[in-house]
Amino acid sequence: MNNLLSIITVLPAIAALILALFLRGTDEAAQRNAKMLALIATTATFVISLVLLAQFDPANTGFQFVEDRPWIAGLNYKMGVDGISILFVMLTTALMPITILSCWGVSSRVKEYMIAFLILETLMLGVFCALDLVLFYLFFEAGLIPMFLIIGIWGGALRIYAAFKFFLYTFLGSVLMLVAMIAMYFAAGTSDIPTLMAFDFSSEPIAVLGLTITGGLQTLLFLAFFASFAVKMPMWPVHTWLPDAHVQAPTAGSVVLAAILLKMGGYGFLRFSLPMFPVGSDVMTPAVFWMSAIAIVYTSLVALAQSDMKKLIAYSSVAHMGYVTIGIFAANQQGVDGAIFQMLSHGFISGALFLCVGVIYDRMHTREIDAYGGLVNRMPAYALVFLFFTMANVGLPGTSGFVGEFLVLIGIFQVNTWVAAVATSGVILSAAYALWLYRRVALGALVKEGLATITDMSRRERAIFAPLIVMTLLLGVYPALVTDIIGPSVAQLVADYHAALPLVAEAASH
Amino acid sequence: MTGVDLPILLPEILLALYAMAALLVWVYGGKDKWAGALTWTTAAVLVAMALIVATKNGVGSIAFGGMFVDDAFSRFAKVTILLSASGVLVMGRVHAAQRGLGQFEYPILATLAVIGMMVMVSSGDLMTLYMGLELQSLALYVMAAMRRDSVKSTEAGLKYFVLGALSSGMLLYGASLVYGYAGTTLYSGILSSLGTEVPVGLLIGMVFILAGLGFKVSAAPFHMWTPDVYEGAPTPVTAFLATAPKVAAMALIARVAQDAFGAIPGDWTQVLAAFAVVSMFWGAVAAIGQTDIKRLMAYSSIAHMGFALVGLAAGTVGGVQAMLIYMAIYVTMNLGTFAFILSMERGGVPVTEISSLNMYSKTAPLKALALLVLLFSLAGVPPMLGFFGKFYVLKAAVDGGMVWLALAGAVASVIGAFYYLRVVFYMYFGAEGPKLDSRMSTVQWAVLMGFAAIMLLGVINLFGIEAPALAAAEALLG
Repeated sequence: MNNLLSIITVLPAIAALILALFLRGTDEAAQRNAKMLALIATTATFVISLVLLAQFDPANTGFQFVEDRPWIAGLNYKMGVDGISILFVMLTTALMPITILSCWGVSSRVKEYMIAFLILETLMLGVFCALDLVLFYLFFEAGLIPMFLIIGIWGGALRIYAAFKFFLYTFLGSVLMLVAMIAMYFAAGTSDIPTLMAFDFSSEPIAVLGLTITGGLQTLLFLAFFASFAVKMPMWPVHTWLPDAHVQAPTAGSVVLAAILLKMGGYGFLRFSLPMFPVGSDVMTPAVFWMSAIAIVYTSLVALAQSDMKKLIAYSSVAHMGYVTIGIFAANQQGVDGAIFQMLSHGFISGALFLCVGVIYDRMHTREIDAYGGLVNRMPAYALVFLFFTMANVGLPGTSGFVGEFLVLIGIFQVNTWVAAVATSGVILSAAYALWLYRRVALGALVKEGLATITDMSRRERAIFAPLIVMTLLLGVYPALVTDIIGPSVAQLVADYHAALPLVAEAASH
Repeated sequence: MTGVDLPILLPEILLALYAMAALLVWVYGGKDKWAGALTWTTAAVLVAMALIVATKNGVGSIAFGGMFVDDAFSRFAKVTILLSASGVLVMGRVHAAQRGLGQFEYPILATLAVIGMMVMVSSGDLMTLYMGLELQSLALYVMAAMRRDSVKSTEAGLKYFVLGALSSGMLLYGASLVYGYAGTTLYSGILSSLGTEVPVGLLIGMVFILAGLGFKVSAAPFHMWTPDVYEGAPTPVTAFLATAPKVAAMALIARVAQDAFGAIPGDWTQVLAAFAVVSMFWGAVAAIGQTDIKRLMAYSSIAHMGFALVGLAAGTVGGVQAMLIYMAIYVTMNLGTFAFILSMERGGVPVTEISSLNMYSKTAPLKALALLVLLFSLAGVPPMLGFFGKFYVLKAAVDGGMVWLALAGAVASVIGAFYYLRVVFYMYFGAEGPKLDSRMSTVQWAVLMGFAAIMLLGVINLFGIEAPALAAAEALLG
């Protein structure tokens, strides 16, 4: 079975095709069938990906399950996973069934909705598995289309504005990446990712319009990729599409966006920026650090001022992604481990928080914080779940949120104390906005009239949250589950990165 | 003329005989009443010719002392031309019949134009070039003015004729200059006359020839006629204009540039590169403000020609191969899209405003999805075929050492994506408005769905057109 990766990647798309071709009608039975098929397909994908995880050998830092077939235009269809990417694959396959379950209540154009999510899953998995530059770009770019439609068709009142903003921001970023890819192909003569990771791109300083660019080609390539990944991440100051997209997207769309799509940016940094352009990364590291530190403090403060629950969580996501970029560019074992851990943990926590908003939005059709209050009186189970994830978001020890932030802060402290100090203040700020949100929504007396008859979570909703709670706790108390798998690959990445720097500096000094 | 030469021209001769015979039969026979039968017969004949051409084996052969060339390159282009022409005829039939456009002259004129195109791509001499080009153009002028009672259609025909005649004049002037300096009109003769010192007069002649051909592919800055003619001509004719003639003219440019001026690539690659950049950007920018889908398609084809020229400007085997693949993908996308445009009507009246697509995804989800796939493919968004077309030409440009051209192409493709996205916007997010009729003929439906599926399935191996395109490119440059 050495085409396991292709199987899990294509499976959702096949389900989507079956839905598109064979499912007729829009009555309730047809809608139910569409949802069931989507659920079965995503669950099957998850089960197969468990086999993948079981067969994965963490000690091997190279790519595993590699498939390599000649494709068109001298390109190869090359797939494979290493310690860094496999957990993103798992995150995707694990969250998709939950996402599908969460849209059980949707009744408008269900078939298309399911198709969009299934296609999206295929494309996201492809991004994490692709080992050819063009194949990666293909999956990365194509993911825009289903998400654009999900926001634009099933979104809120201002969905069109949000969908276009989302599309144009990400498309602009990725075209710069395409240009850089052409330049890389020109320089290295191949589009094979493992080969490119070992290739030394020139770091001779070059002058552009009278400005000398330290790190030369590497810095330019880094910046082009950075444009794409920073938008995806998103990093301050190009994060502004995210709150709009989140607020307007339907609940399931928000979950996928926050939990998986944002991770593509971080994954891109780890797969491309650090290994391929070490000098460029080194040159730009201080800028990335401070952009991230500003992001953490600034977006946390902005989150404090929000009156819309989804917007608040969206800004909180931007702040948490700030830790990820800091950890990655700290470029030491703890920092990168922490960054990956933070991405995985944020996948579960932010997904769960958006689902929490979805639960009460489905009942009250508003996301205004002022419309709620005292929910604990009528919805004890909900209040408990919401409290748990609020605490996890703050980074309470014992939850996965703590491990990620803590590792990142240890990592950055060894590299840049000032950035560490500023970033740490984000922990306090996140406690402030998250607890305040919880206080306003769940605690106090139930005085709002509309809430008098609100009902607690149904069995389906509880079932959705159960795995998320288990994962958050499990990773919180036993982080070795993740670090054992990513550790060797990260160690290799960090070692290669540091090995490349003095070599190049030496070459430049001659 | 010898008996050896004639078999080489067999497809062209057969097609010409067919066109004349059909004309006689239909003039004395049922005239317009039998037009439907004629359309189907013609389409079948064109497909049969494509089969004959495609199954021809062996290396290239020349006829009439080199004036006519039959090689892998011309075969690839001819098959593309014949198949796309037959596709347009078939899918335009229903539309034409309902609009009183059922003249039997239409398929016959189309056949004559196709013969012209086949002669163009096989030309080995400036005389053959001109003969083929004029046969094609004259047929197309008449086709554009086909709807005699419509002011717009006659205007389109007249505009096309005047500007086309101007471009033919430029081309002839260039050809005469080249003849004057090279002493021959034969491509191979011109090629061997080029020494280290190239006379300026010959270069000027070459630029005039390229400019004249630029008109035919509607490359900017010679694109002015395109939007008006596309808009004014009856839609089946627009679909025809947008597909087969473009392939023929693009192949002709490749033929002239490589066969006649292959020794001085530095001189024509910069001209083609300039055409390419201006076309890509002008096609992308000017399309943004359009409200009529036919005008939009006109600007879209200008931009697409720019991309195809990027491949030619690379001046390599890979570049010619990329251009051929690009053109094949381009006609496929356009056939699918025009199948849809042909079916756009409200209350039985054809409409071409983009805004009439408002919330089309609700009325006809499957058709809207197919159009979405085609539009994203036109925009060059992966994983649709259109992306691979762009990827091929950009890669060829990089390989040919024209990185700046590839960069310009990448930027232009983003700007271009915006207006295709606008159509998607109307279909999926627009406000509810008067609905389009949901009726669509079976043929159009099949073409639309089939080509949308091709856009997606092509990602597997491009239906194997890589190898024939490579063979064609090698035949041209070899």
